[in-house]
Amino acid sequence: MTNTPDPAPGTPLLQVEDLRVEFRMRGSTVNAVNGLSYTLAEGETLAILGESGSGKSVSAQAVMGILDTPPAYVTGGAVRFRGTELLGLPEKKRRIYRGAHIAMIFQDALSALNPVHRVGDQIAEMLIVHKGMSRGDARKRAVELMDRVRIPSAASRASDYPHQFSGGMRQRVMIAMALALEPDVLIADEPTTALDVTVQAQIMKLLSDLQDEMAMGLILITHDLGVVADVADRIVVMYAGRVVEQAEVKELYARPAHPYTEGLLASVPRVDVRDRALTPIKGAPPNLAAIPAGCPFHPRCPRAREERCPDEVPALRDVTGTGHGSACHYAEEVLGG
Amino acid sequence: MADEILQVENLVKHFPLTQGVVFKHQVGQVKAVDGVSFALHRGETLGLVGESGCGKSTLAKLLMALERPTSGSVRFEDQDVFALSRAELRRLRRRVQMVLQDPYTSLNPRMTVGDIVGEPFAIHGDPEGGRRRRVRELLEVVGLDPDHVNRYPHQFSGGQRQRIGIARALALRPDVIVCDEPVSALDVSVQAQVMNLLADLQKEFGLSYVFIAHDLAVVRHISDRVAVMYLGKIVEIGDEEQIYDHPTHPYTQALLSAVPVPDPTRRGTPIVLEGDVPSPTNPPSGCRFRTRCWKAQDVCATEEPLLQVRAARGPDDGADGGVTGSSHPSACHFADEKTARD
Amino acid sequence: MSEAGSDTLAVAQTGSDVAGASASLWSDAWRALRRRVVFWVSVVILVVMALMAVFPSLFTDRGVNDRCDVRFAKHAPSSWNPFGAGGHPFGYDMHGCDYWAQIVHGARAPMIVGFVVTGIALTLSITLGSLSGYFGRWLDALISRITDIFFGLPLVLGALVILTAFPAHGVWTMSLVLGVLWWPTMTRLMRGQVLSVRDADYVQAARVLGAGDLRIMARHILPNAIAPVFVYAMLNVGVVIGYEATLDYLGVGLQYPTVSWGLQLSQAQDVFTDYPYLLIYPAVLLTATVLSFLLLGDAVRDALDPKLR
Repeated sequence: MTNTPDPAPGTPLLQVEDLRVEFRMRGSTVNAVNGLSYTLAEGETLAILGESGSGKSVSAQAVMGILDTPPAYVTGGAVRFRGTELLGLPEKKRRIYRGAHIAMIFQDALSALNPVHRVGDQIAEMLIVHKGMSRGDARKRAVELMDRVRIPSAASRASDYPHQFSGGMRQRVMIAMALALEPDVLIADEPTTALDVTVQAQIMKLLSDLQDEMAMGLILITHDLGVVADVADRIVVMYAGRVVEQAEVKELYARPAHPYTEGLLASVPRVDVRDRALTPIKGAPPNLAAIPAGCPFHPRCPRAREERCPDEVPALRDVTGTGHGSACHYAEEVLGG
Repeated sequence: MADEILQVENLVKHFPLTQGVVFKHQVGQVKAVDGVSFALHRGETLGLVGESGCGKSTLAKLLMALERPTSGSVRFEDQDVFALSRAELRRLRRRVQMVLQDPYTSLNPRMTVGDIVGEPFAIHGDPEGGRRRRVRELLEVVGLDPDHVNRYPHQFSGGQRQRIGIARALALRPDVIVCDEPVSALDVSVQAQVMNLLADLQKEFGLSYVFIAHDLAVVRHISDRVAVMYLGKIVEIGDEEQIYDHPTHPYTQALLSAVPVPDPTRRGTPIVLEGDVPSPTNPPSGCRFRTRCWKAQDVCATEEPLLQVRAARGPDDGADGGVTGSSHPSACHFADEKTARD
Repeated sequence: MSEAGSDTLAVAQTGSDVAGASASLWSDAWRALRRRVVFWVSVVILVVMALMAVFPSLFTDRGVNDRCDVRFAKHAPSSWNPFGAGGHPFGYDMHGCDYWAQIVHGARAPMIVGFVVTGIALTLSITLGSLSGYFGRWLDALISRITDIFFGLPLVLGALVILTAFPAHGVWTMSLVLGVLWWPTMTRLMRGQVLSVRDADYVQAARVLGAGDLRIMARHILPNAIAPVFVYAMLNVGVVIGYEATLDYLGVGLQYPTVSWGLQLSQAQDVFTDYPYLLIYPAVLLTATVLSFLLLGDAVRDALDPKLR
């Protein structure tokens, strides 16, 4: 795993630039990701926030290099890990990065684990294949990892099968597996969406503890504004395959600079506030096979104006001079409230 | 009470667990709902919250008389719904309706929207003014284009489908609608649309809702009163403010503290409960929450705490440092507004 | 890593969500079918075969076993126009009948058997499968056990035994016998379909509205459960035709004076080395028919499967 060239100082841990992914289906092309850019620093937690069809999961799969081609094609952009471009790499070299440097966990832990193998063996297998460990050592390490993700009596549970674990425990097994090779970046795709709120709290706590211990960069993909506020350092808000806003977490919640973010914050009910009036966003997220021209959000936007929004795609620009990016022609107005 | 439109008394539903194919024998039972009582007042929204496996979906089916209870009763306007004849039950269906969780599976993919929303009339007879007209009216009421009657469900978005489901439930002008996780499958921006619609309809038609959900924020937003369920029982019930601002049951407290707030300036440290929910096949003795509770004492294992209002106790009454008690029904021996971890 | 499975799923869902924005299952399927060569080839072949079976006079002016003359037995083909004077494009068979005419008439028996057997099996399986899957409990146990018993009977052996016991059977009796043996597989399929639809949310929604069993069955369960059973039935017609020919060939199926491709094969086997065309003509038609049914069924199944879209 030491065959990565030393990066130039100041190179971000992970850099995604103008990433484009499309699905070619019978008779139509679905533009799932349309020019996504972000960077992730060492030890940072970056949240990618978006609703269904925003392209958040697809973009993560593209970064991991696990898209199914066909129907999905990466049609442009760059993914650099410590300065090394990953997108053009042959599958054999790409595989070295996957797992060892960038690992991923998923919403549905049950279908991501092999039902006919004991979980301990599944974790050990990774270590044998990637690290060339002996079977005995790998087993021992697997139990250590399960212990590390706080699975009670890990030694005996290592010989259980995935279906014998509860949802929360299964997600822990997945995390143990993802951490087996001590990755530098962990991508968590809706890791707690299928879990109950008390279990979610356990898993999020575990993830943030592990991140501190291992100084990992964490990309958290979610639709949950609450989870994001709780753990993220920085946020990228996606809509129709594009970044519409990005900012440091407190800044984004206090001063949203895109009408979509503003709308999301006004739509979400809060457990800590009484009688909060909800102001929903009208309409529904767009069909990715027919993304509206101009600003993709303009048909739903209360601030849309005839003269620019329907025709001109707004670029993501720094609207405060402090790295708060918004892709709205009228971001200054949104900031002004 | 005349004000109470729906009364649930000591409702129990145990599902037998059987083994064997030819010679079936019972090896245990899943205690899905295990002694639940509450009343729904006219025009109010009662929220039922709980995590998966707490029995809230089974409870919804019992309320709709889709399942028969092991014991206990559900009374609608003072008549026991489980004692009704088939014809009487059909009449009851006009009064009590349901909105289901998943907008993608709750509409028959082979029927047009007109047929789906018109099905109640196909079953119960056409309304005044004709079926077609009423269907168009209903679509308009829930915010859909009445000209879309001939479209199929898959031509609509998730939020629109949920509106179709709501129109179907409204068709017979019911008094009570049981909403089983009606917004949990929807995107955040659409969720608010549907919640606002439900609130508007309640005002317009004087509906009473039983609103079942796992999302505590959603329940707070829409409910007048809230009941919290754990392993087949209600552990705490009260009005929305009592439950959310003055919870006294440790489970409610843990649950509330675990909900992340969409405000990064208010990052709290949640009370992280250890372990998983025990199996409803073999729930713990006494208080069912004691295995995960930080306040548990010996008495919790032996004596089941009743759901009742609890008086405050000072240190002299044997309570450690005194407890505030609970002004609303709480099923904890040590009901206290303060959490031990405060 | 082992997560590939879940991605495929996620991607497939993203895809179908976006693409499936118009019309219903059957019209979607039709649009998919329209573009497939296999579909059109098998449809054309089956239309020709069906015309032969229903309107043989379109293809020949002779009747069944009409104007046979032993003196011409096994004479070679002459003139390619069967309606012209002395037109015998396939020559004569062993009884001196015009072989073209006999082959045209040979289409009817297998087609009847294929469709009637499938029809009987389909009717039985839809009825029994729906009852068993929908009502469950003792009715399901009873029907399922009976299905198991019939399922246990080896089809060819069962048919051999019954058909040998009643040697004087015609096309209809044979269809009935095969039909009675044929339903268990389809019944199981139907039952499984009904079971999977029975617990669908929209069925629950209909119950909540007060819909009766009949309505739930007719409006909600059957329309959503039946597509795979129909596809199976379509494939099945081809399979039955193959079985019919096999039984004819073994000598327990249809008997002279009925004409059928299977019988023609059976009669031609002894003289195959000297008169190969007597075997080849019916064999080609039989194979083309069976294959067309199978390919058609396959194409329809693919078109109906949303996962392949």
